[in-house]
Amino acid sequence: MKPPPFDYYDPSSLEEGLQLISTLDEAKLLAGGQSLMPMLNMRYLAPQSIVDLNRIEELRFCRSENSSVVIGAMTTQRDLAASPLIREQLPLLVEALSHVGHLQTRTRGTLGGSICHLDPAAELPVAALALEATLQVRSAKEAREIAMGDFPTFYMTPDIMPAEILTEITFPVRAAGTGYAFEEFARRHGDFAIISVAVSLSLEAGQVTYARVAVGGAGSVPQRAKLLEDALVGERPEDSVLDEAVRLSTDIEYIADVHATEEYRRHLFFVLARRALTRAARQAASES
Amino acid sequence: MDKRRRRQIQVTVNGQSVRREVDVRLTVADFIRHELFLTGTHLGCEHGVCGACTILVDDRAVRGCLMLAVQTDGAEIRTVESLAQGDTAHPLQEAFQDHHGLQCGYCTAGILMTLVDFLANNPTPEESELKNALSGNLCRCTGYQNIFSAAKDGAERLRIEEHSDDDIRR
Amino acid sequence: MTYVGSRHTRVEDEALLRGEGRFIDDIHLPGMLECAFVRSTVAHARLRAVDMEAARHAPGVIAVLGLNELLPHLASERLPLGFALETIEGEVTPFVLAKEEVCFVGEAIAVVVAENRYLAEDAAALVNIDMDILPAVSDAANALVDAPLVHTEKESNRLKEIKQCYGDTDEAFKRAAHVCSLSLRQERGAAHPIEGRGIVAHYDSPGDQLNVWSSTQMPHEVRALLAKTLGIDEERIRVVVPDVGGGFGAKFLMYPEEAVLACATRLLDRPLKWIEDRREHFLSAIQARTQFWNVEMAIDKNGKILGVRGHVTHDQGAYTPQGFNLPYNASVAMPGPYVVPAYDLTVDVVETNRPPTIPVRGAGYPEATFAMERLLDVAARDSGLDRAEIRRLNLISVEQMPYEKPLKTRSGSTVKYDSGDYQTCQTMALEMIGYHQFRHRQQTAKEQGQYLGIGIANGIKGTGRGPFESAVVRVGRSGDVTVYTGATAMGQGLKTVFTQIAADALGSRPSSIRIVAGDTGTISLGQGGFASRQTVTAGSAVHLAAVNIRKKALHVASHLLEVPEEDLSITDGRIYITDSPSDSVTLAELAEALAGAPGYALPADVEPGLEAQIHFSPPDLVYSNTTHAVEVEVSPNTGVTTIHRYVVANDCGRMINPTLVEGQIHGGVVHGIGNALFEQMIFDENAQPLTTNFGDYLLPTITEVPYIEITHMESPSPLNPLGVKGVGESGVVPAAAVIVSAIEDALSPWGIRINEYPVTPMLVVDLITSAEKARESIG
Repeated sequence: MKPPPFDYYDPSSLEEGLQLISTLDEAKLLAGGQSLMPMLNMRYLAPQSIVDLNRIEELRFCRSENSSVVIGAMTTQRDLAASPLIREQLPLLVEALSHVGHLQTRTRGTLGGSICHLDPAAELPVAALALEATLQVRSAKEAREIAMGDFPTFYMTPDIMPAEILTEITFPVRAAGTGYAFEEFARRHGDFAIISVAVSLSLEAGQVTYARVAVGGAGSVPQRAKLLEDALVGERPEDSVLDEAVRLSTDIEYIADVHATEEYRRHLFFVLARRALTRAARQAASES
Repeated sequence: MDKRRRRQIQVTVNGQSVRREVDVRLTVADFIRHELFLTGTHLGCEHGVCGACTILVDDRAVRGCLMLAVQTDGAEIRTVESLAQGDTAHPLQEAFQDHHGLQCGYCTAGILMTLVDFLANNPTPEESELKNALSGNLCRCTGYQNIFSAAKDGAERLRIEEHSDDDIRR
Repeated sequence: MTYVGSRHTRVEDEALLRGEGRFIDDIHLPGMLECAFVRSTVAHARLRAVDMEAARHAPGVIAVLGLNELLPHLASERLPLGFALETIEGEVTPFVLAKEEVCFVGEAIAVVVAENRYLAEDAAALVNIDMDILPAVSDAANALVDAPLVHTEKESNRLKEIKQCYGDTDEAFKRAAHVCSLSLRQERGAAHPIEGRGIVAHYDSPGDQLNVWSSTQMPHEVRALLAKTLGIDEERIRVVVPDVGGGFGAKFLMYPEEAVLACATRLLDRPLKWIEDRREHFLSAIQARTQFWNVEMAIDKNGKILGVRGHVTHDQGAYTPQGFNLPYNASVAMPGPYVVPAYDLTVDVVETNRPPTIPVRGAGYPEATFAMERLLDVAARDSGLDRAEIRRLNLISVEQMPYEKPLKTRSGSTVKYDSGDYQTCQTMALEMIGYHQFRHRQQTAKEQGQYLGIGIANGIKGTGRGPFESAVVRVGRSGDVTVYTGATAMGQGLKTVFTQIAADALGSRPSSIRIVAGDTGTISLGQGGFASRQTVTAGSAVHLAAVNIRKKALHVASHLLEVPEEDLSITDGRIYITDSPSDSVTLAELAEALAGAPGYALPADVEPGLEAQIHFSPPDLVYSNTTHAVEVEVSPNTGVTTIHRYVVANDCGRMINPTLVEGQIHGGVVHGIGNALFEQMIFDENAQPLTTNFGDYLLPTITEVPYIEITHMESPSPLNPLGVKGVGESGVVPAAAVIVSAIEDALSPWGIRINEYPVTPMLVVDLITSAEKARESIG
């Protein structure tokens, strides 16, 4: 289990990196490497070139901007979890991070790497989806912005071109009256989710005015539970309402693998979504 | 030398500066084991799950099988061989011996290095935090019970050592 | 000072903790090359052509070898049968490298030898295999009827039938007040020591000596098997076991890779290394536990067992490298610690296109115990008895010891439990867990919406398998003591235990004792580490050899000090006159005297040297016993089982070192928790393994395991001088049974029965859903 041969590049600035990948044919970007490196060791991949982004310091930051938090794509999961800004402004992301891998993998693993790897069972893309994050993507020629909701195109296939780099992720920060919850079911601590559910929910005068529910682990990509969201808005988050809303989420895609059947995933989604909604609603009520 | 395939790197390993030319695809675990002959770090799965290859890079625990040697250029690496000072064992090593926290000893280096990082940042962990910190290290011999006792006691010993260092400074 | 029985800290630890252990991959020889194997990617195929040309020209490649290239240097194209006293019809052992047909995913086809492992793997990927895919047998349950053949040259997938039969079972079932029957499914797991297998082979051509370092549990057997494979005398081979990073059965075998490296190093005249990576461990190391039991039990109106009968299908995998010890053990172990007056069990040993099976920790006992304990739970329910009570009623009592069962061990002797008090052991476990107060706890919890369950299970393990183990104890002229043994250390703390034994027997300081284990160059005979045998066999050998030295030392000292032996004492390597301690002679001085000086007679007319050799042959297996009790909580929402308490009452006879005994129990229990809740090798219908990494195959981690509470009994075995019994496997034996029992109890509101493991959360939710549907359809 040794990586196959490849050409290695480690640009030290974003510009250099963008120029480089515009000239390389079959380059694979190496962020934290906590997914790419195992795939290389197992020789599932044999890219011609590896472009290592770890020396691009300008992609490691967390800052507050208007009513958003902007995070550099190469910010490690460990730094994120320790950041006072993130802890205060993005509690959902922090909760999601508590389920991500282990101490050693969080040291290297990055937010941008996780979002671009787009493992459907990974936590951070699910949190980013529920938080309606926006992704800034750059190539040597242009910059573009894409909503997290539009980023997944297919199983582990994000809407990003070989000559592009995800540079930063913008999380809008919601006003008071919003509650969050991240629930996950995995067989062991730190494992990828069999099902994860992220909820962001706002209340005004006891009624749900805004709800975003994202689910991971269920299908081929992280998904929004839109029917569930629609069923909540305008309602009071009482037990019967939440039960009914969860029951209505028939728009989730489920897949089967060695860990779980579609039926079990559906069952878990109902259980976890219900728990997450209760928690988020309670928190929203106490915040408003 | 094709810089895309081989690189000159300079790293500080257990306090010693080392300059080597390496294949770019060489993992840092293989580098320290087979190029520097520091064989105290072990490989158990080579896909980032078992934690046996845990080392410190710039004081932070990483999986040595998931990092390339070339990525450590300019960095400081610490391995299990750095823990004891001459005849004096590290407090964690003492605790593991006293609590029978190892059997075959193959996973042990990874566990010790994980704890060095974790306890440096969390000197007084809750039991659940300590367990979470060790959840990325597989052991097949001990059933983890004595690893946990050793880790708990090791944390205590480190705190005592820290205090006595403070006393000396005063 | 008495070291035996004390919690002496381990002599192994310091080096291991400092990173100064020496494991197989830590061995670097000058000019050494590294190997990678080309393995079958399909479970069954006929090889048409293996094209190695591209690989041979890849950078850094020295050689690419298939069976044809090795044949001139082999005595046989297949491996010899391990521990070859059994006779097996037909050719069943693995090929050194595949010949015409590959029969499981992972079977080795060719080896690439290159400057390093990276280059070897590059080249291995270039070997082009042209093959016709053949239908494969994946599920042993379907291997005998309308199934394709596992090996096309054979006529059937049935390899062997094992029958155990005593008493009148027909009569027992006729007389029964209740007959309970079960169909049980147990699944394969793998051993997964954190260090995989590995070999370094170096042929010293001028000396015509083959040196092999192997991460094995049985160096002497590897030496013998290599000698047979290569057609050379075994004295030309030295096998050395370095530090071993766990075995658990996976290293209790000589594999094709060992034969290939031993052969190739002679062919190429270069030192070679191969280190098994984790994927190879998933694909090519042995596995265990797939068995399907269809069994029934007859009980009388009082809950006494009248008889047990049934049928087992055992999945042997594609090859039989070392006989039928695993299914045989299971067939003999099933009656366990209970009085079973009549027994009739047939085991079909069936081949499949999956990796071979041999014993993994427990060696058939966990599988058999699962069957017996599940039956007892059903019997308790059917007869209206408490689960603990029906067990107590049927346990062999202390008055019946030693207790013979009309069954034969593999070596042909009658199964005879040497000692133990099973009922007291069970009582201890029940008291510790508060068994009789549990229903109250369960009720209170249920009022809070929590589903608690309690389980209890008993297990025995035949340990200390013979025929012998060896020890040489030698006192050097420095006074230091070296113990050589054919026993093999793989992490258990063998050296600590032998140090304690030798220190007491000899009257030496532990710090002056060194244990050398697992080197065929230092001791001529040995068996190795398996069947929880080494403290019993080698420990006794060390003890007896050290006692002999002590006797000799006292005899010679008595001569030198001119007092009778009875007036002498020995402490810390010094022999002195008890009433006049300053009149003394040290072991160093005695060793010097006994080494002899030219022309001078040895003192006291004794043989030269201060050393002794013993091959301790245990008269029979010694049986350790254990009762496990657990309390679990099961979440009906997610199906997750949380073990709140895990209690073990254990009797392994006299304990040399309780701390190490407890460590063995912890490890065994957690292995059993893995079996019960997490671990499963999943194969698809084409026998393609689907769980080949640690993300898909789940080993328990620290966050999933409970605190294990242990209480000890010590019923010394009368069959060895130390009174010891093995403990390496006891922890795993009843673990799956007890956990499943507790889960079933927690799910009693739904009337759910569980006849398989691992009990995944998904299985629990499925069972609850089915139970609720059934209830609705009735209601």
